[in-house]
Amino acid sequence: MVVVLNGKKMDMTEGVTLLELLESKGLSPETVVVERNKEIVPADSFTDVVLNDGDHLEVLRFVGGG
Amino acid sequence: MSKDLFEIGGLKLDSRLFTGTGKYADDSVIPGICEASGSQVITVALRRVDMESTTGNVMDFIPKNMQLLPNTSGARTADEAVRIARLARAMGCGDWIKIEVISDNKYLLPDGYETARATEILVKEGFIVLPYVNADLYVARSLVDAGAAAVMPLGAPIGTNRGLQTREMLRILIDEITIPVIVDAGIGKPSEACEAMEMGADACLVNTAIATASDPVMMARAFGRAVKAGREAYLAGPGATQCHAAASSPLTDFLSGD
Repeated sequence: MVVVLNGKKMDMTEGVTLLELLESKGLSPETVVVERNKEIVPADSFTDVVLNDGDHLEVLRFVGGG
Repeated sequence: MSKDLFEIGGLKLDSRLFTGTGKYADDSVIPGICEASGSQVITVALRRVDMESTTGNVMDFIPKNMQLLPNTSGARTADEAVRIARLARAMGCGDWIKIEVISDNKYLLPDGYETARATEILVKEGFIVLPYVNADLYVARSLVDAGAAAVMPLGAPIGTNRGLQTREMLRILIDEITIPVIVDAGIGKPSEACEAMEMGADACLVNTAIATASDPVMMARAFGRAVKAGREAYLAGPGATQCHAAASSPLTDFLSGD
């Protein structure tokens, strides 16, 4: 299946959770916020969310700014 | 003298200098900036994680006692600003949000109408909203009506270090606006922050001028002192200006007699 992660298409196996995806990218879940199909995923449910084909994910974090 | 605390969003602050985290050559200087400036409020932005990059996380360098003020930079409409604000809050660092709605890429001037619309929505959702705005009385009034916690008018366009180019309009805002006025953007030197405070601004936000100084920590200290000095001068009540000279010592006949 395919998900769109930060604007880029990505092939994935079925049944992967959001937490597993983040960890595979080397990201600590407490340092990011995730929007899935334009809805914010609460941080405490990263482990429960199983990704679906066609999901659009935005993974963001704080960066320097004024 | 009782302590001159600055209250915003229910938080009592000793320092009237807000700082930012943008443009540092090396983010590891940020803790030194916070300490040297005395600042208690610091801004950050929210961006997509670059999956290919291994750059550090700015949050690792922000002392835990700082009040975080995420901005909505990147938003071009009220709806985008609202979306970013909600995402920022989901990071779990509090309810403060600096609204920036900008669609002008050359001067980065804020869109007052969209900013007011975003403010209205986010205040209803319980955010402490600090909107970045032009130094415009009607926009500022609409933000007061919308429930903003402060207004943050620009002294000059973002990152220009050109000082208080909007001086006269800032004066009017300080005179007319009942919520805190925090001069944001364009302040390039401590003397300019000091002047804003002498005029009666409640606080200043300085990022570029500190971050791009040759010695950012020393510049942060200088800004911290300048803001304090300006505040004290404002509280002290500057004497009147006049055109003709007025002698500092009594004029007597001594030495002028026959």
